[in-house]
Amino acid sequence: MSEQIKVPTLAELQAQGESPEIVFWVGCAGSFDERYKKVTATICKILHKVGIKFAVLGTEENCTGDPARRAGNEFLFQMQAISNVETLNMYGVKKIVTACPHCFNTLKNEYPDLGGNYEVIHHTQLLQELIDSGKLRIKEGGPFKGKRLTYHDSCYLGRANDVYEAPREVIESLDANLVEMKRSRRFGLCCGAGGAQMFKEPEEGKKDINIERIEEALDTQPEAVVANCPFCLVMLTDGVKNKEKEDSIKVYDLAELVWMSQE
Amino acid sequence: MSYLPQILFALCLGAAGFFIARRVNFIRKAILLGKKKPVNDRKSERFRRMLLLAFGQKKMFDKPLVGIMHFIVYAGFLIINIEVLEIILDGITGAHRLFAPYLGSAYSWLINLFELFAVGVIVTCAIFLIRRNVLKVPRFWSAEMKKWPRLDANLILIFEITLMWFFLSMNAADSILQSRGVEHYVQVGSFWFSQWLQPLFENMDTSTLVFYERFAWWFHILGIFGFAIYVTYSKHLHIALAFPNTYFASLEPKGKMPNMDEVTKEVKIALGLAQADNSPAPERFGAKDVTDLNWIQLMSAFSCTECGRCTANCPANITGKKLSPRKIMMDTRDRAEEVVRQLQEGKSLEKIKEEKSLYGDYITKEEIMACTTCNACVEACPVSINPLSIILDIRRYVAMEEGDTPNEWNMMFNNLETSMSPWKFPPTDRFNWVELVNKD
Repeated sequence: MSEQIKVPTLAELQAQGESPEIVFWVGCAGSFDERYKKVTATICKILHKVGIKFAVLGTEENCTGDPARRAGNEFLFQMQAISNVETLNMYGVKKIVTACPHCFNTLKNEYPDLGGNYEVIHHTQLLQELIDSGKLRIKEGGPFKGKRLTYHDSCYLGRANDVYEAPREVIESLDANLVEMKRSRRFGLCCGAGGAQMFKEPEEGKKDINIERIEEALDTQPEAVVANCPFCLVMLTDGVKNKEKEDSIKVYDLAELVWMSQE
Repeated sequence: MSYLPQILFALCLGAAGFFIARRVNFIRKAILLGKKKPVNDRKSERFRRMLLLAFGQKKMFDKPLVGIMHFIVYAGFLIINIEVLEIILDGITGAHRLFAPYLGSAYSWLINLFELFAVGVIVTCAIFLIRRNVLKVPRFWSAEMKKWPRLDANLILIFEITLMWFFLSMNAADSILQSRGVEHYVQVGSFWFSQWLQPLFENMDTSTLVFYERFAWWFHILGIFGFAIYVTYSKHLHIALAFPNTYFASLEPKGKMPNMDEVTKEVKIALGLAQADNSPAPERFGAKDVTDLNWIQLMSAFSCTECGRCTANCPANITGKKLSPRKIMMDTRDRAEEVVRQLQEGKSLEKIKEEKSLYGDYITKEEIMACTTCNACVEACPVSINPLSIILDIRRYVAMEEGDTPNEWNMMFNNLETSMSPWKFPPTDRFNWVELVNKD
């Protein structure tokens, strides 16, 4: 790519006396997980392409505290949260987009109690807005035209925040053939990673939750599985590997599909 | 004219009222074991949800066929209550079909409608019995559905069928007695459904028939009194508590966990953002026993009718883990009842809480730790019960009071404290992803 994309931090913008339209909250998985770092980069490319003036916190970002809170450690959660609120308020942040539904939920619903009031959207909502308004144009006959895609609702975007349609509308706009799993939308089955389960082994049972979910996804005979959450992406990818289907079925974040399909 | 039946009836009515009031008071005490949580906000939204979910049973139609069947029983229950009112007034005044003269031809239409619902209730309850006991729908047979919960459900269905049978056969006998011109039996004609039962009674002589009609009348109404008492001891309380439960349940996005303000204060002091004051520290962080939960959580435990939609949708339960959201609610209810019972026996609350607790004696760590906080249980509940809120309150207790969280979580906590990320990466590497932006 010829044109270099610059990803400014809030500190840099502030030093120049500027402020961004929107802050991209990357999240820990988006910062450290090898797979999701690519999604983070893709989102930056999309933001740059449509000319939205954005910034990130860079090394000033801390975990929102979601896993600590769900694991019961309210002290640790609030330590993280209050320090993040301090940082965000110091920069006068108004609007945040994030690619992690857990960060999305915490920033949007839980930070107001701690003095952090922002307009928070999930990247799938932003993508829908950009496509609907024509700012981001999708190729005619793009790579997913007519492809069978199945969409996995993350719990923290779906049930936790009732966002079911925006990601689906984006998939429809790619001319893909969206095939629903047996359990979807309000009844979507968890990938198994929420509530800090990502950070421990599961309790004893008959089966791992991500295997149960991927079996349901495979029942739809998809060409790809679409996720909107870094943890779901890990769990579903592991599930596909467990079924030895990683060569034929890819697991994507919605942003990646959009980037591959844009004009 | 002897007043004996009327006196007997009034005594039965009074006794039923007494036992119900005593039990309601017991449940009230159990609910008030919980912490105060005033709810005065967003009244119209709450009222709307109550209308939709409790009165309109919206979520029951997530399974349309079961939804329709449940609605028949529910509508039957509501409508037939009008008939019960007449029966009670008849019982007190010694009249027979007191409403008939006032309603004229509308009366037999009304009874026809009641009979339609009575038949509907019998058919539906029979199907429900088959679903439970023959088809063995899995959610009625999971681990926590031991002997009593299964018997409880079956008794309720059998009760309803029996009551409706006596209502219909009483009408059949009554119609024959009318046609024979027996004194006291008001001429209102035969009814749509009970007329088909008349052949069963036609050959009986009048005194036997009067005896049967009276027997059915008494059995029907005493059965209703008995059922009303029984309901307060059973899982069937949802017929009343679904209404307050859907009203008082949280209106926040399901993903939001309530903030612990007592922690905020301490954290702000620790971060140098606030001054320490002398206000006392809370008794306990999180929930170990029912007294640590709030009254809405306890009321919802009594609202649970053990339908098991929560458990059937729980990813942990589906994949064979011990966690069952329904069991969380049943345990909470059983423990609250136990505490009140022991209080009534004269034990002190301290001693009761010392001997046993909800977490530990009813709910185990293995169950609590298996939850993915996915909210499937909350979404599935037709009457807005939130098992997740209890699970998370217990997790708070485990983490902050006992420090007994799994080791891997302790490592994650450690990473958060030192690296501000759940994984052990140097915080200075957090922005390294930016290198990927200009690749390929």
